Amino acid sequence: MKVMAQIAMVMNLDKCIGCHTCSVTCKQAWTNREGTEYMWFNNVETRPGVGYPRTWEDQEKWQGGWTRTASGKLKPRAGGKLKKLATIFSNPNMPGVEDYYEPWTYEYDKLLSAPRDQRVLPVARAKSQLTGKHMDTISWGPNWDDDLGGSAETLSQDPVAAQVGLKIKTSIESSFMFYLPRICNHCLNPTCVASCPSGAMYKRTEDGIVLVDQDKCRGWRMCVSGCPYKKVYFNHATGKAEKCTLCYPRLEVGQPTVCSETCVGRLRYLGVLLYDADRVGEAAATENPQDLYEAQRDIMLDPFDPEVMEAARASGVPDAWVRAAQQSPVYALIHTYGVALPLHPEYRTLPMVWYVPPLSPLVEEITAAGGDGEDHRILFTAVSQMRIPLEYLAGLLSAGDEALVERVLRRLCAMRSHMRAIRLEQAPDPEIARAVGMRGDQLEEMYRLLAIAKYDDRY
Amino acid sequence: MGLYSFGAALRRASASEDARAMFATGGRDADAFYRQRWSFDKVVRSTHGVNCTGSCSWKVYVKDGIIVWETQETDYPTTGPDLPEYEPRGCPRGAAFSWYEYSPTRVRYPYVRTQLLEAWREAKKIHPDPVEAWQAIQADPQKRASYVSARGRGGMVRASWEEATEIVAAANVATIKEYGPDRIAGFSVIPAMSMVSYGAGARFIELMGGVMLSFYDWYADLPVASPQVFGDQTDVPEAGDWYNADYLIMWGSNVPLTRTPDAHFMTEARYHGQKVVAVSPDFADNTKFADEWVRPHPGTDGAVAFAMGHVILSEFHVGKREEFFLDYMRRYTDSPFLIELERGDEGLVPGKFVTAADVPTATGDQPNPSFRPVVMEANGRVVDPGGTLADRYGEAGAGKWNLTLDGVDPVLSLMDTAEWSSTEVCLPRFDLPAGEGTGASVGAGIIRRGVPVRRVGDKLVTTVYDLVLANYGVKRDGLAGEWPESYEDASQPGTPAWAEEHSGVPAAQTARIGREFARSSIDSGGRSMIIMGAGVNHYFHADTIYRTFLALTTFCATQGKNGGGWAHYVGQEKLRPQTGWAQYAFALDWHRPARQMISTGFWYLLTDQWRYDRVNVEHMISPLAQSSGRREAPVDSLVEASQRGWMPSYPTFDRSNLDLAETAHAQGKSAADYIAGELEAGRLAFACTDPDNPRNFPRVLFNWRTNLLGSSAKGTEFFLRHMLGVDSDVSAEELAPEERPASMTWREEGARGKLDLMVCADFRNTSTTLHSDIVLPAATWYEKHDLSSTDMHPYIHSFNEAVAPPWEARTDFDLFKDLAILVSRMGKKHLGVRRDVVAVPLGHDTPDELTMAHGRVPARSECGWVPGVTMPKLVEVERDYSRIAEKYVTLGPLSAGAGMVTKGVTYTPDEEVAALARANGTLPTATGQRPALDTAIKAADAILALSGTSNGRLAHQGFTEVEKRTGTAMAHHAAGSVDKRITFADTVVQPQGVITSPEWSGSEHGGRRYSAFAINIETMKPFHTLTGRMHYYLDHDWLQRMGESMPIYRPPLDMHHMVGEPAPGQLGRGGEAQAEVAVRYLTPHNKWAIHSQYYDNLHMLTLGRGGQTVWMSIEDAEKIGVRDNDWIEAYNRNGVVAARAIVSHRIPEGTVFMHHAQDRQIATPLTETTGRRGGTHNSLTRILLKPSHMAGGYGQFTYAFNYVGPTGCQRDEVTMIRRRTKEVDFS
Repeated sequence: MKVMAQIAMVMNLDKCIGCHTCSVTCKQAWTNREGTEYMWFNNVETRPGVGYPRTWEDQEKWQGGWTRTASGKLKPRAGGKLKKLATIFSNPNMPGVEDYYEPWTYEYDKLLSAPRDQRVLPVARAKSQLTGKHMDTISWGPNWDDDLGGSAETLSQDPVAAQVGLKIKTSIESSFMFYLPRICNHCLNPTCVASCPSGAMYKRTEDGIVLVDQDKCRGWRMCVSGCPYKKVYFNHATGKAEKCTLCYPRLEVGQPTVCSETCVGRLRYLGVLLYDADRVGEAAATENPQDLYEAQRDIMLDPFDPEVMEAARASGVPDAWVRAAQQSPVYALIHTYGVALPLHPEYRTLPMVWYVPPLSPLVEEITAAGGDGEDHRILFTAVSQMRIPLEYLAGLLSAGDEALVERVLRRLCAMRSHMRAIRLEQAPDPEIARAVGMRGDQLEEMYRLLAIAKYDDRY
Repeated sequence: MGLYSFGAALRRASASEDARAMFATGGRDADAFYRQRWSFDKVVRSTHGVNCTGSCSWKVYVKDGIIVWETQETDYPTTGPDLPEYEPRGCPRGAAFSWYEYSPTRVRYPYVRTQLLEAWREAKKIHPDPVEAWQAIQADPQKRASYVSARGRGGMVRASWEEATEIVAAANVATIKEYGPDRIAGFSVIPAMSMVSYGAGARFIELMGGVMLSFYDWYADLPVASPQVFGDQTDVPEAGDWYNADYLIMWGSNVPLTRTPDAHFMTEARYHGQKVVAVSPDFADNTKFADEWVRPHPGTDGAVAFAMGHVILSEFHVGKREEFFLDYMRRYTDSPFLIELERGDEGLVPGKFVTAADVPTATGDQPNPSFRPVVMEANGRVVDPGGTLADRYGEAGAGKWNLTLDGVDPVLSLMDTAEWSSTEVCLPRFDLPAGEGTGASVGAGIIRRGVPVRRVGDKLVTTVYDLVLANYGVKRDGLAGEWPESYEDASQPGTPAWAEEHSGVPAAQTARIGREFARSSIDSGGRSMIIMGAGVNHYFHADTIYRTFLALTTFCATQGKNGGGWAHYVGQEKLRPQTGWAQYAFALDWHRPARQMISTGFWYLLTDQWRYDRVNVEHMISPLAQSSGRREAPVDSLVEASQRGWMPSYPTFDRSNLDLAETAHAQGKSAADYIAGELEAGRLAFACTDPDNPRNFPRVLFNWRTNLLGSSAKGTEFFLRHMLGVDSDVSAEELAPEERPASMTWREEGARGKLDLMVCADFRNTSTTLHSDIVLPAATWYEKHDLSSTDMHPYIHSFNEAVAPPWEARTDFDLFKDLAILVSRMGKKHLGVRRDVVAVPLGHDTPDELTMAHGRVPARSECGWVPGVTMPKLVEVERDYSRIAEKYVTLGPLSAGAGMVTKGVTYTPDEEVAALARANGTLPTATGQRPALDTAIKAADAILALSGTSNGRLAHQGFTEVEKRTGTAMAHHAAGSVDKRITFADTVVQPQGVITSPEWSGSEHGGRRYSAFAINIETMKPFHTLTGRMHYYLDHDWLQRMGESMPIYRPPLDMHHMVGEPAPGQLGRGGEAQAEVAVRYLTPHNKWAIHSQYYDNLHMLTLGRGGQTVWMSIEDAEKIGVRDNDWIEAYNRNGVVAARAIVSHRIPEGTVFMHHAQDRQIATPLTETTGRRGGTHNSLTRILLKPSHMAGGYGQFTYAFNYVGPTGCQRDEVTMIRRRTKEVDFS
């Protein structure tokens, strides 16, 4: 057993309001420089939708992440180092600027400087930040399909829906949506690191943050294509790759990442996980993609286990980190309550940003009928009749395992039901907790972590 | 806690190799780039003075003297162990603010339009005196036209501060001299978002005698139902109290988008089992969080709420007789009060409240009998329950004004008395198809339903409750009339099936949600809440929609309970330190009263929209009301309300107020007597009757902290044409001779370019700066000291100067100080000491409420002109124009001398003023040394020292005052806070929790979440209404005439049948035979902007679509051959908009959304239709006046600034929309 520490994040999608504050605070702090205009280390996507860069989840096209060979070995989907070197000057799997978007600005200075006797009100026309040319009709952006905008054009291109064979209806009655904030996943088994021909990418020993060494990067961009989440970017001004740093300059002084602290939905949790580094490869190579979730949980170590604590010390993990792992809200959400799931586990990178899936309103037919839902307990457990199809969530968070997503959502519903009884000074029915494999006191603790969620409990 | 514990313990050891493909080389040196990037020199607390209720405290990072970015503060005082905290507060818009600091849209220097500057410099050569120079320009029609016609057409050039402000000051002095001070107007909005900045400009304007324009009513954010029902402008729970609710309906309020920093309380409350219902015609952002989505057709929400009321009354009031509800109704609402039934043409109709004056023997010889409504007990005895308006004023009422019902046990229904009989009353309805109605009123009809009645003297009476049950169609045995058979009976208004026909909401869903709302309230002790927003409040008939919602909250005993009641969130910002701020902002420490105007009326006249308004009030009145038999123009109502002193009216007369006051004086008369005589003789007219007369133009308009033309100007194109005098896209025809309003002077030419000077201060370029004659560079929110508060949270916090204003920017405080100095200098020569007469409307929370018994409006021919009774009060004020600056920088003697009055409670800040003199120092004035207010921080400290919410001594003093009136214990609300003082320095350290004060109706005592009216409910303090209770029934003549005595469903205005506009859904062919479709045109708030602020911010434009867009349904897009991102044009009589389409299935067919305030100077092309710059969202809207919003002179129908007034509603508009055929062109 080789114990290592990883700073991981959980985002509770059930609380995400899609406001993009995280994106903006991140951008203002990190990527408002020349060469980074189009980069959003943190972005938020409306789902269903095509994301940023568009259709990034279509690995048939982009060839990101790992595949498992017949012999049970892992290799980057885009090919191993040899193939990488062979294609180093023409990387066919790179998203182009049109897949991100052409960053633009406006001729703001022409408003006050317009000479006298204009025929009409002066205007600030849009122009490209890359070419300086006018862009009279802006036709794509980093968040183009926000709130289902342009759905008639984009929904048919949603890779998740395509993967799970879901035809999303574009009628108002069947509307559904939720938001997916994304940063670098700081994976345990990062393809970007494995893809780098220069050895510029690395995972920090002490906290698992994946970084690009700005001095060593030679701009080959294999990391960009290797990352299945498309969270490594190429700075065209410096010729180097850049990516989310998990705000290590903040973490190092005990502050949460910018995106976490500024999240007004209060849905982000940061914490330490201990894991067995010796078993990372084995876990990532688990045969059935639907077993990857358990395999990942399995290599995470119980920070209260005396053996783990001992091994951590032996591996050089400071005691303070073990204590942090014991208080880790991330560990609690992933392990104790089992409500957080990894994003696209089938990419086999073992991502370290996990998500609590969202609840959503019931479908139109159920509410129109009127009879259902009068009893809140029925309503809360009507997960299978939610607007967001379980298969879509499963395509995103459990390699298609709907039962797993349903179990998580039922736990959230059970918590609501249990807590309502307490609020109304009625005795909670113990069967509610039992039905989702939990105890009442666990539901109450989970409630405090998810709902009360004080600052010190989130980070 | 985890992170903090390991932060310091990070290992500095070099990395080791791990098992497989993980490269673990530690790279501290390599990591230096980002560590340097994150470095900064200091962090300064500030906030955003934007028209938003967020009031979020931010950390502003400064590196090398440059502002680099911002993140939210997380240090709000705790909400306690069992509630989520307020941290972090903020949104993507606020997070993008620092972009403005050094952006190319920043206004760095003063600018003047070339033509004006040239004219000025020429004039100055001839007239060295600046006032004479200004007069010379104005006297020369060509010179004036040269710059007026150039507005909005480029040519802004730099000028020095000295030159630019000299022009502004000269224009003011010349205007006062020629026309009087009420021809100067200031437009600045929502003071809570930066109290000193608002106050600085307002103080300057009020010291001159100028007019401050309202905003809350103008924005249509004012819920007129609130003054009607509660006698309060608006008071709502803080966001944290949402968490206390166990049943939450979000009704037309897209909480994640418009209340971004507060939305988490809703998402989190679901986890304790709160059921959440979202009501929205589209799949709005908040719908995602609901358990259920209720999807009414736009504007039909009132039908759904009305039917829910029907269900609740049927099942819980009449069926189960739930005592929890009935006791509440009896004590806190007007339900038990008696109403006289009157004989009308159709039969009996509900009339007026029965008062002690009607039954003198029952109540004895009490004062104010006509304002003392009465109730009945089970034995048939008519009694005075106490706590009514009659007890609120005068010696005799002292100690009696309360809701204790001491010794009185009223019945709710006369069926609870021994002897009653049934009779039929006629009630109005407005839900019929046009053409099937009764009389001239579109869609109106009559329903006949029975009520139990008794005789009291010669009067046939029933109770409000009995009328409400009849109104809601709730059948009780033994009553005559037409009643629905069941919930499934769609033939009668009130049932869920009826609501389904109008709204499309399934009847079963309506019934169930109504039932659940009530059931949950019973189970939780009243913790059922409705969050309501602009999605319902911006309709013409929003007051009726809201009254159907408010009825749900009171039927179910939720109002005034933590976790319950109404939660109106539309522009409602709560300026917590209200009392001290009002002293400062309106210069009440020096002069009283202030001139405060209803903006909607002001703009309606100034922009001549009345000349195009074809609405006939007869088309919307009650079918039971007397028809006047002629076209009634909305402006007739405005004029009448102005002349009766119900609404303010500035400019007031067609003569200068200075001349009027001084002429009166010269004749040895009071101004009041003189003016009344002149009106009687017909020698003097109200300016509002002749707005195209140059004598009556507002002449100078100040804009600061606002963007009138890019954001709030309903009927923007009319503003351009008439206010500014430039080209516009109005295609509406002016009224034909037979349509012209009776009360108005019609001049053949509607005046164009009425303003002599449009001046604006801002830090960024907007439609308003680009149309202004002079633009002054303002400091940003990170460059000044100020205060912020909101009703969303209970804290006061500060703006601070992270960097000094760069370039030539100045803070608002300094800017107006400079102007005050210049005006004083010029005023000394040109004006000196003048006598002014201010026309003041009959005021709310004053004895003026006792003016017009029963809301019976006497004919002018009978009542004559009696100031303060049948016309405005006329108050004389002496103004020394050489001392404006001196007064601007000192606290005047009236605050402590005459006291400070807020909502009828007088505060005496003697100790505070003395302390301010010591803390701030003093400055000399004509009345001796006065406390100095010569910096923004000193002004902020004065505001805090003089308010109960920030000064516990005053809060306690105020409650002690209230106790004298109520006779019930009140002072305990502030007992623990007597020694608490909040100073500006405190707010720099941390946001400060406010003190419970009678300035507001809820309590923060003991860390409790604020819930509106908790003090009324818990300590039996009457509401500020006629009965002292929450009203279902309104008996003002004008409300009765509208058919709105009770909550009722009124559909969106049928503009097709009323004025012949296209009907929604109508297809057509446009100019080049393109397909067109008529759609409902809604303008909800934008996700990427707060009004127009941030819309031009590059980050927000990047996250949105980079320019003007209109959201439309896939179905409507197909009808006109439009695909996503295609350029379209939308047009109607008011103007034209060029935009791109966002086509989405989350939008309902038949309706488009153009998000509010997408300012047209950003990437907007010329229109195909007119070749001018494509409009803004308000190019398709116009002002529509609802007469009942202007009802006044009686009870809660009395005036206060931003408390009541006609709203600038804009949700009833229809537009044609079509695909653009030509390439876009920008120049």
